[in-house]
Amino acid sequence: MCLAIPGRIVELVEDLPHLAMVEVTGVRRRVDLGLLQDDMPGPGDWVLIHVGFAMSRISESGAEEQMRTLRMLGEDHAAMEEVRGYGLAPEE
Amino acid sequence: MAHGAGGKATRRLIDGLFAPLLLDGAQLADAAGIEVDGTRIAVTTDGFVVTPVTFPGGSIGELAVNGTLNDLAVSGAKAVALLATFVLEAGLPADVLEAEVRAMANAARAAGVPIVGGDTKVVEHGKTDRMYITTTGIGRMLPGVVIDPASVAVGDRILLSGPIGDHGITILLARGELDLEAQLRSDTRWVFPLVEALAGAAAPGLRWMRDPTRGGVATSLNELALDCGLSIHIAEERIPVRDEVRGACELLGLDPLHIANEGQFLAVVAAGHAEQALAAVRAVPGGEEAVLIGEVRAEPAAAVLVTTRYGGTRIVDMLVGDPLPRIC
Amino acid sequence: MRFVDEFRDPEIITRTCEEIRRLADPGRHYRIMEVCGGHTHAIYRFGLKDVLPPNIEFIHGPGCPVCVLPMGRIDDGLELGKQDGVIFAAFGDMMRVPGAHGSPLERKAAGMDVRIVYSPSDALKLARANPDKHVMFFAIGFETTAPSTALTLMRARAEGIRNFSVFCNHVTIIPALRAILDSPDMRLDAFVGPGHVSTVIGCRPYEWIARDEGRPIVVSGFEPLDLLQSVVMLLRQMQDGRTEVENQYARVVPWEGNRAALAAMAEVFELRPFFEWRGLGFISQSALRIRDAYADWDAERIFDVPGIRVTDPKAAQCGEVLKGVLKPVQCKLFGRECTPEHPIGALMVSSEGSCAAYYNYEHRKAAAASLAPV
Repeated sequence: MCLAIPGRIVELVEDLPHLAMVEVTGVRRRVDLGLLQDDMPGPGDWVLIHVGFAMSRISESGAEEQMRTLRMLGEDHAAMEEVRGYGLAPEE
Repeated sequence: MAHGAGGKATRRLIDGLFAPLLLDGAQLADAAGIEVDGTRIAVTTDGFVVTPVTFPGGSIGELAVNGTLNDLAVSGAKAVALLATFVLEAGLPADVLEAEVRAMANAARAAGVPIVGGDTKVVEHGKTDRMYITTTGIGRMLPGVVIDPASVAVGDRILLSGPIGDHGITILLARGELDLEAQLRSDTRWVFPLVEALAGAAAPGLRWMRDPTRGGVATSLNELALDCGLSIHIAEERIPVRDEVRGACELLGLDPLHIANEGQFLAVVAAGHAEQALAAVRAVPGGEEAVLIGEVRAEPAAAVLVTTRYGGTRIVDMLVGDPLPRIC
Repeated sequence: MRFVDEFRDPEIITRTCEEIRRLADPGRHYRIMEVCGGHTHAIYRFGLKDVLPPNIEFIHGPGCPVCVLPMGRIDDGLELGKQDGVIFAAFGDMMRVPGAHGSPLERKAAGMDVRIVYSPSDALKLARANPDKHVMFFAIGFETTAPSTALTLMRARAEGIRNFSVFCNHVTIIPALRAILDSPDMRLDAFVGPGHVSTVIGCRPYEWIARDEGRPIVVSGFEPLDLLQSVVMLLRQMQDGRTEVENQYARVVPWEGNRAALAAMAEVFELRPFFEWRGLGFISQSALRIRDAYADWDAERIFDVPGIRVTDPKAAQCGEVLKGVLKPVQCKLFGRECTPEHPIGALMVSSEGSCAAYYNYEHRKAAAASLAPV
């Protein structure tokens, strides 16, 4: 279930406050923001789109932090390997 | 209805019904090869049914001319003449018809190929989608070119002339049911100049060609895999896809490999000739985005395998029916 | 594509797979259930099985709303849809699902007015554009999709649109998970939780899995790095002896869920006392129906629903495959009578159903000598 894609709000639709024009790499579609009324996004914000409705706001900082964690994966281990090579790390 | 979409059902209809009764042992390909007094001639025919009749980048008339010219081109033939047959709805506005006839004339003139005859039938209002056009083309085989899937061998390379999915997604958006907007145009064009350059540079190494229309690249490559019994391996990151096509496919849950193209072709070229073939195609205006996307291997036999840069693989099958958007 | 391409970075994927190899105990066989059909699809699409060590096995769970829908409900919907003046609207996913007398696409070829819509709001748009017809929207989906149907019904009522109704087949995920875990032949070590359902219900509803059933669960996104990172998180839990609910998809999933979406669902829907799930039988409190306040838009009340019940052929083992007890290839009909082109059970019809996914992506690979057995 649940094909949902990130898209960026380009503009709100005039006269229809719950509708926004959202863009996904050059493709635009009207998306209903009604499910996000507790924390209404605006132009420039990223949202997760499912069946023409915005389900959630995408946290850019959350995504960046996640990428940082992912990039670090394996780096700790590589660092440990190197240190072990110097004979300084405690025996395992 | 699934039988016209270009995938498995179409192939079953052809293999199961038409071929045994009509084709007298001839090989199924984009065009038929016959010999007339020692000259190798290719003949092909194709019907065009498209809704809507006009769309960004083209119209049914243009498709009808380019489509048949391209079938000849990927059979290794230079088109010499075209015939056109129309089945028209009684209520079709005269200006719509005129526009399509002009579009056909322009497309044919751009290719330097005369439309030398044809036929027209008018049917009751409501029996057809405004107009059906069938075009038949005849051409002369290029010297030194022999298209035969049986000659495809392990190690041969796969060439793709440019970005995929433009036409099919343009049509989907033009129908207006999905409420998507994008700056996309059909890629309909005459590909013979690219094929001619390829043949000029690499004819001895050219094994097979096809234009991936209905059913997309996946269907054409699966047909090849079935015909030659070998395995086609393609690298996902090498397949050119425009951003808008990618965005529409992600939104709708479609695979670009299944989407129709009207201005591209695939070729299998022996490894020793592949680089020259690619360079020759890239040197032609319109061929700049040609790429080598993969190669022929032995396993898994009769299947098409897509690989990712990180080593993941998946089998991509022929289309069953039309590509349908999904939400799950 | 932002928030997509980064999570498909090949170098980081490779490094994450190395981490998985380091963490996985070679003496152990891990059985991880991924609940959501979208995850099943992603695993195959991105070829993740090729990059995971062979002792990590994904079991596909029941999170495919097309797969679990009994054939009788499709027949009911088509009976309603074939009436004069009715437009049958549904997602593309439904179009090839076989009813006893053909799929929606086949009925369309035979003359029924069937339309594919991308959104329930598009179905409402059809109703506005065709005042002389009645548009019946065949609604499917878990909690991800139900709020959108709910909001659409609220808009229909607010605008006074009378020629629109919903045939509601929304189901809920937690009862299905309980049914899986209650099954005696079940052997699962951990769960990958449904990322998009969780944007609505949050992460709390899974706490009983960790606390009472003693299985770790990580709510995961759908890109390759999301799934791989979730496997890392599950392996770490198992190594540490922890059983917790973790949210890998935090960039999108709020721990508390989406209040407004839950409120819309509560406004329009209520739980059915029980509902039949294909392959799993009757499960109580597991599906939604439309409340009295919206009765005028409830297709089941406007029309006479035949209440057709169709049992699957005994040889079809959809239930066991759904519960992860059997692999698709172990069902007697798989690849023979039951293929994507002529599906007997719904697991073969939906492209994210375990059987279709296995058939399309794995089946022929597994037969090849040159590739490692999967």
